[in-house]
Amino acid sequence: MSAELFVTQSQVTPILVQNLTRRFGAFTAVDDVSFSVQAGEVFGWLGPNGAGKTTTIRMLLGLIKPSSGSAFVSGFNSATQTKLVHAHVGYMSQQFTLYNDLTAMQNIRFYGGVHGLSSDELRQRISEIIQMAGLVGRENTLTGSLSGGWKQRLALGCAIVHHPKVVFLDEPTAGVDPISRRQFWELIYQMAKDGVTVLVTTHYMDEAELCQRVGFISAGRLVALDSVSQLKLTQMRGQVLEINVSDPEKAVRILKAAQQSHQVPLDEVALYGAQIHAVVPDAQEYNDAIQRLLTQDNIRVNSIEWIAPTLEDVFISSVKARVDAN
Amino acid sequence: MNQFAISATNLVKEFKANKHVVTAINGLSLQVAPGETYGLIGPDGAGKTTTTRVILGLLSRTSGESSVLGFDSMNDMYEIRKRVGYIAQQFSLPPPLTVMENMLFFAGIHSVSSEQQKKRIPELLAFAGLSEFMNRLAGKLSGGMKKKLALACSLIHEPQVVMLDEPTLGVDPVSRREFWNLLGNLRAERGLTIFVCTHYMDEAERCTRVGLMYEGKLIVDDSPANIKRIIPGHVLEFMPSDFAAARKLCNEMDGVLEVQTYGDKLHVFVGDVAKRKPQIEAALASQGITHDNLREIEVRMEEAFISLIRRQKESVEQDGMLTQKSEMSGEI
Ligand SMILES: Nc1ncnc2c1ncn2[C@@H]1O[C@H](COP(=O)(O)OP(=O)(O)OP(=O)(O)O)[C@@H](O)[C@H]1O
Ligand SMILES: Nc1ncnc2c1ncn2[C@@H]1O[C@H](COP(=O)(O)OP(=O)(O)OP(=O)(O)O)[C@@H](O)[C@H]1O
Ligand SMILES: [Mg+2]
Ligand SMILES: [Mg+2]
Repeated sequence: MSAELFVTQSQVTPILVQNLTRRFGAFTAVDDVSFSVQAGEVFGWLGPNGAGKTTTIRMLLGLIKPSSGSAFVSGFNSATQTKLVHAHVGYMSQQFTLYNDLTAMQNIRFYGGVHGLSSDELRQRISEIIQMAGLVGRENTLTGSLSGGWKQRLALGCAIVHHPKVVFLDEPTAGVDPISRRQFWELIYQMAKDGVTVLVTTHYMDEAELCQRVGFISAGRLVALDSVSQLKLTQMRGQVLEINVSDPEKAVRILKAAQQSHQVPLDEVALYGAQIHAVVPDAQEYNDAIQRLLTQDNIRVNSIEWIAPTLEDVFISSVKARVDAN
Repeated sequence: MNQFAISATNLVKEFKANKHVVTAINGLSLQVAPGETYGLIGPDGAGKTTTTRVILGLLSRTSGESSVLGFDSMNDMYEIRKRVGYIAQQFSLPPPLTVMENMLFFAGIHSVSSEQQKKRIPELLAFAGLSEFMNRLAGKLSGGMKKKLALACSLIHEPQVVMLDEPTLGVDPVSRREFWNLLGNLRAERGLTIFVCTHYMDEAERCTRVGLMYEGKLIVDDSPANIKRIIPGHVLEFMPSDFAAARKLCNEMDGVLEVQTYGDKLHVFVGDVAKRKPQIEAALASQGITHDNLREIEVRMEEAFISLIRRQKESVEQDGMLTQKSEMSGEI
């Protein structure tokens, strides 16, 4: 490869999607979507169930063909240069794809072999990945008898066994415990630091906060594409009050009733575990009214505070906005 | 015995794999009263799925007792199946069937009357957001849609008890809330007993009682409010400009009990907020680290889980090495 060619290669946009559309019969799963992801970026691909996230990834990987538009990975056309794309990417699919009848170690060896690692490289990678996945002592356990969370860790390891430059992770942390979830993200960040480009889907909005940029897809259409901080400014209809009360379930019912009867202009009331987030046009203006409403009904209000919206607030707000629009 | 919807006493389950034995459940006892919502949480591989399956009679137990609605897991598993809705962590729907055919199939095997079907199926389809996709093959649904179909199917025969193994895995944040609202309604209307394994700590927070499982044992079994009270100190939350540096700084500071991460925020546990908050702010400033409003937040199950598991791991390691437990810098 000439030096010049090498330079242009390394500046190629790792992920490029142009007017991508995919129909299944009369149904449009992905509808005219365009975006790109830069080298070393961690890009969150978010949206409600059935929005078209996995379908987009499958087109990027050349596993299904677009109805129109195109997808490029590392400069290769996913539909026509599929083999070249596969050589450059790591993919952790939403569905479990490891062999249940192989041991954990055999699965890593298998995926390494598929990607043409030498036996020396393999030996090193197997021990690295077993370490990383926290499966030390379980190397020889049949994959089928690993717990769900462990399988997920092993699947991540197999997806990156060959040090790919572009990685697609489709709900990597589904079914893993809160501590491993954080370790997954430390790993994702480590990869990004090493120049790897990561496209990741997740339904955990606290994780999505960690993405440098987020694409939000709903019913096949790209509805927002921006940094997390920018999305919070542009996509949020109102301000968030975080409320801690004695009986959160009851408090939510009271607030929902007040919302229905337009007593208070509440845009959204959502339970976050034992806390309530209430979205109002102006937090300072409605703080007292909400507090009064709750105390009237014998709810003890431990605290009520105007907070910056979380990405989950933004997600709920924009999904509801779309439901309202239809 | 009969007063409990779900009961396990000194339950043990061993798997024999190759030459060695894996003890997935190691002397577990728990009782769930009718109408309770019991959440089983714990690290990957703690034994949650195995516990659920043994109680349901899908796996044989090695020793101990277990029953559902007074029916013994091993001897009366058909009685249990009739009365219990179950969703497996790795469930399967018959793939050649459409969404509607799946609903009819599950209604059929549970002998739901056609009157009931006419009422329940549209309700459940609407809940699952699948009304528009009635005729789509289940195999062609997205991951989260499949999960929601499985949830709808498990509720079709109006069970008295549901045992749900990670029911909202892959389900989006809005649908997750709708699912829990639906469970809440069923609990209020029909006294449904709910047993749920979950990695979502906000869901654990909505349970009446939570069991924390660790290496086959229940190490905590209490209400979420009480579990959160076990955690020493108060939590300060902020978003620093330099995450790694701020984390390191806080970890090394006097009076900091623990540092956790939550998305792009840091959670710093301290005993005395009035004393430590200005110290942390000053330390950050001296390193040139800026941050948003540094505020005290209520401890949630998420923080409690991480803290409890950390301490459990530490105590196991320390027992193993027979070292002396270091004094915690407590100042409550
Ligand atoms: N082979 C197919 N035939 C028909 N419809 C399909 C097919 N594959 C996907 N779809 C539909 O396309 C839509 C988008 O599915 P996709 O799997 O991309 O969603 P997703 O955003 O990944 O959702 P989730 O969060 O649930 O994983 C869904 O309505 C799905 O049923
Ligand atoms: N069929 C089996 N054969 C051998 N060991 C098994 C089998 N099923 C489970 N185990 C082991 O039992 C232990 C508990 O697994 P289990 O699936 O119950 O965990 P879990 O708490 O549900 O984890 P997760 O949160 O990851 O789903 C693990 O060590 C697992 O490897
Ligand atoms: Mg998907
Ligand atoms: Mg499990």
